[in-house]
Amino acid sequence: MPQPTRRQALEQGPGFAGYHPRPDGFDELLDGEGGVRPVWRPFADAFARLSEADLTRRAARGEQYLHDAGVFFRRHGAAGGGGRTWPFSPVPLILHERDWRDLADGLVRRAELLEAVAADLYGENRLVAEGLLPAGLVAASSAWLRPLVGVLPVSGRHLHFLAFDVARGPCGRWHVLRDHADSPAGAGAALETRLAAQRVFQELFQDSHVHRMAGFFRAFRDALAALNPVGGGRVGILTAGPGGANYFEHAYLARYLGFMLFEGEDIAVENGMATVRTVAGPHPLGVVWRQLRAGQADPLELDEMSRAGVPGLVSALRDGALTAANALGSGVLEDPALAPFLSRIATVRGGPPPDTPESWWAAAARAAPRSTAPLWVQGALRPAPATLRLFLARTADGWQVMPGGYVRLDSKDHAAAQDRGAIADIWVVSDGPVPVDTMAAGPSDTYIRPLPGTLPSRAADNLFWLGRYVERAEAAIRLLRALHLRMAETGVRDNPLLASLRDYLRALPLDPHETVPQGLLDTLDAALVCASRVHDRFSIDGWTALRNLNEAAEDKARTARAGDDTARIMTGLLHRLAGLSGLVHENMYRFTGWRFLILGRELERASGMASALAHFADPAAPEGALDLAMEVGDCSMTYQRRYSLGAQRNTAVDLMVFDSMNPRSILFLLERMRSLITLLPGAETHGVMSPLARAVLRAHAAIAVETPETVDRAALVALGERLDGISNLLSAAYLT
Amino acid sequence: MAVLYDIALKVRQHYAAFAAASRQTLRLLPPTLAGEQQVVAAAVDVLPQPAERGDRQDFFGNIATDLVFGGAHEAIVYALTARVRREPGRMTLPEAPPVAALAQEVATIHSLAPEAPHHFLGPSPRLPYMPEFTDYVHAILPAGAHAAAAVEAVGQALHRDMAFDANATEADTPALEAFHRRRGVCQDFTHIMIACLRALGIPAGYVSGFLRTTPPPGRPRLQGADAMHAWVRAWCGREVGWVDYDPTNACLAGSGHVVVARGRDYSDVAPVRGVLRSAGGQTSRHEVTMTPIGEEPL
Repeated sequence: MPQPTRRQALEQGPGFAGYHPRPDGFDELLDGEGGVRPVWRPFADAFARLSEADLTRRAARGEQYLHDAGVFFRRHGAAGGGGRTWPFSPVPLILHERDWRDLADGLVRRAELLEAVAADLYGENRLVAEGLLPAGLVAASSAWLRPLVGVLPVSGRHLHFLAFDVARGPCGRWHVLRDHADSPAGAGAALETRLAAQRVFQELFQDSHVHRMAGFFRAFRDALAALNPVGGGRVGILTAGPGGANYFEHAYLARYLGFMLFEGEDIAVENGMATVRTVAGPHPLGVVWRQLRAGQADPLELDEMSRAGVPGLVSALRDGALTAANALGSGVLEDPALAPFLSRIATVRGGPPPDTPESWWAAAARAAPRSTAPLWVQGALRPAPATLRLFLARTADGWQVMPGGYVRLDSKDHAAAQDRGAIADIWVVSDGPVPVDTMAAGPSDTYIRPLPGTLPSRAADNLFWLGRYVERAEAAIRLLRALHLRMAETGVRDNPLLASLRDYLRALPLDPHETVPQGLLDTLDAALVCASRVHDRFSIDGWTALRNLNEAAEDKARTARAGDDTARIMTGLLHRLAGLSGLVHENMYRFTGWRFLILGRELERASGMASALAHFADPAAPEGALDLAMEVGDCSMTYQRRYSLGAQRNTAVDLMVFDSMNPRSILFLLERMRSLITLLPGAETHGVMSPLARAVLRAHAAIAVETPETVDRAALVALGERLDGISNLLSAAYLT
Repeated sequence: MAVLYDIALKVRQHYAAFAAASRQTLRLLPPTLAGEQQVVAAAVDVLPQPAERGDRQDFFGNIATDLVFGGAHEAIVYALTARVRREPGRMTLPEAPPVAALAQEVATIHSLAPEAPHHFLGPSPRLPYMPEFTDYVHAILPAGAHAAAAVEAVGQALHRDMAFDANATEADTPALEAFHRRRGVCQDFTHIMIACLRALGIPAGYVSGFLRTTPPPGRPRLQGADAMHAWVRAWCGREVGWVDYDPTNACLAGSGHVVVARGRDYSDVAPVRGVLRSAGGQTSRHEVTMTPIGEEPL
């Protein structure tokens, strides 16, 4: 029924003025008479009461969340640079649970039908034999993987997680536009969209009886864990890596679900078993949630050009030693040419009830008009064609539909909007309270805590080098600051000390004539690449801090002037680095991964200190070199407090090499490396130290027996070489 | 007359850097094919000794040998020895339905069995859709040709227009590139002919195998006998079935050809397909002999 008063209220609100859907279409918000549909009324009323300023502030809150934590909405290149932003429309699409249930039931029936078709195409092939599917259609599909024909998945099922693109036609009926059956993307985006919308409409969300999504994910997580064909086998997400699309979404889902994140090179197939290469040796792998196109999954039997997959993965599946969700080859179901035949197959197989509209099964609806829903553009709502991305997971109780998802609102009809449209949340609302659900495990849940020793070697390698690169960048920044401070203080462009410092920088290599040298930017970039490859183990705040540091350095590189300006820029960068270290230390779970990160940092720091001292604490070094060494080693304050006199070589060397209270002294760093290494797997076998542990002990002893008088350039250079040797031993033992 | 052959093949792969762990799949063992060839004995010796080894049948019915090597190695040597009894095969070109009628015949086959023609019509991993071949093949095809005659016409045209040149291409040179150069080895001839036949709507596949090293008395020595050979299989209708044609030598493949593996293109039948974690490249060398040790009447 028309609701003139409500419509009026809407018109007065800041957002709704000018919301005029096409009269011949179906609009989600307004009915045919222009009245607000009942399910939208609480939201529309509250929305209409918001002031324009309030709305802008709220929208900004959502944007800020996505900018800071955005996984799907901000995609990064392999080097972490750039990134693109998906527009987010804060106003959700609201559906009543009654409406939703019909839609969900239809999707479950479709999922069951797709499973039956997959089982047939990789099994008996009766659909082709009976003429229900043309053989040529299947044979022409590059996603029908012949090496998987006759391979029955050990779980008994091909499909475990599906996504559908769904739209509502002019008569109010739902149509499936696309099936995503190979490795459906977007579950992480759905979570993020939900969190962003929740931040925009906090109270409104609380009061709206919106169904929560955590229960869906928990059920799926438990179902995957239960599929494990190997006793004690691991469950993980297989990704194409940072170079592939959606890597950040994979890392996000791994963290959310508590699964490990694997790249192809983490996995080996040996003796018919899939194993993960970890720092503690190979570990059985039981289940992979595959986020890598099936064709890429095994270069030996599938796409020979793939560099992302696991050689032998198909053979592990053939042997029933591994469950892949979804089974390799499920992508054949995505072929749009298949859709017209599904209807008949369903009828013949006694699938859906006969009253299911034919259009449900036809992909021909793709070009048909879609219903419109509110898209937030430039401070106003406009009706925009809506395509819903919905997700289904196979659980212990059968297929479950995620109560939510996201909707893509196309802006094609609106010249003012960006051409890609925007993404909005989907709220499935109930008339009464809904159970509040979280991922936290209930008492009856089979929660699997990641066990010690399962750190993949690749992740350990990246953490170790992340530690090294960040420390290397810090040392470079301190050196550059020292250079430009001295230039600013003395006004002199050249003297023996500056020349000596420039020589030192050149060897690193950092070009002293660049204010923010390319060498520093490269080091920061390398750190970001390492961090991006362990995105699942690195806090979002830490990642954001590192990215901001990189952006700041690149930004300043364009404008920095030599002298005071650059010295101040370097101080700013140091503060950002300190913030990053704080985040890592406060927030990172202190287990094996953390140890590799810290080992990298300590090793780099000890090596930097040894080389700086060899250069600047040499008796032949120019005047002021010792002060410079202490400044670079961050020891000036301590020294002044303790000795209150100009730098003397022996006291300075004592502080920087031997002082066990100074966390930057070489002996302190070696001591710490020693204790970290004893905690790594295999550090000691039957009382016998590993070669790595021995090498660290040897380096420690070699320095400990010296005195400030005897530590000369040769001893420091020798220590540098020992540290290189330790790095190589560490790599050989754990990281390759 | 059926011919009994002794076949010896040695493949030596040498790696620039030591290969750590690696996995390889071999398609070197000839299968017994009813009415075509019978394997008396066949074995592949591998050095160094692989950590794991197993034979299986792949989708197209070929014998695939999976190998896993554990330790570091610089080179791998595969040595095949086989005794195979080869039936004479087709001596003359069969009568087949017109090319235009093939599509209808294909559509009546409700099967995805390995022999079904559907697999061999569309693009395949090494042979994406290439419109260039359509023009070429329509220019050389006699009007109203029947399918088997079309196969022969295309094979003869390629033999005329392309030069055999062992140094012109590599194992991964795309067919189109070899076609533009108008030169190549049996693999290139075979790929190009398959692409041409598919452009006509004739299902066509790839056969890898061996060629008799020394010809029967009074016959010329065939090209490609020094290495593993390749030729084409074309489907010429329900009645005729598959016709094996060797475009490198412009002849029907018969008693001088022993089949090792069949597929849509080289990627399905590669004699050694491997993935290794190693820096640097690899080189490989093949040596083949296929010697008749006796002829028997049918």
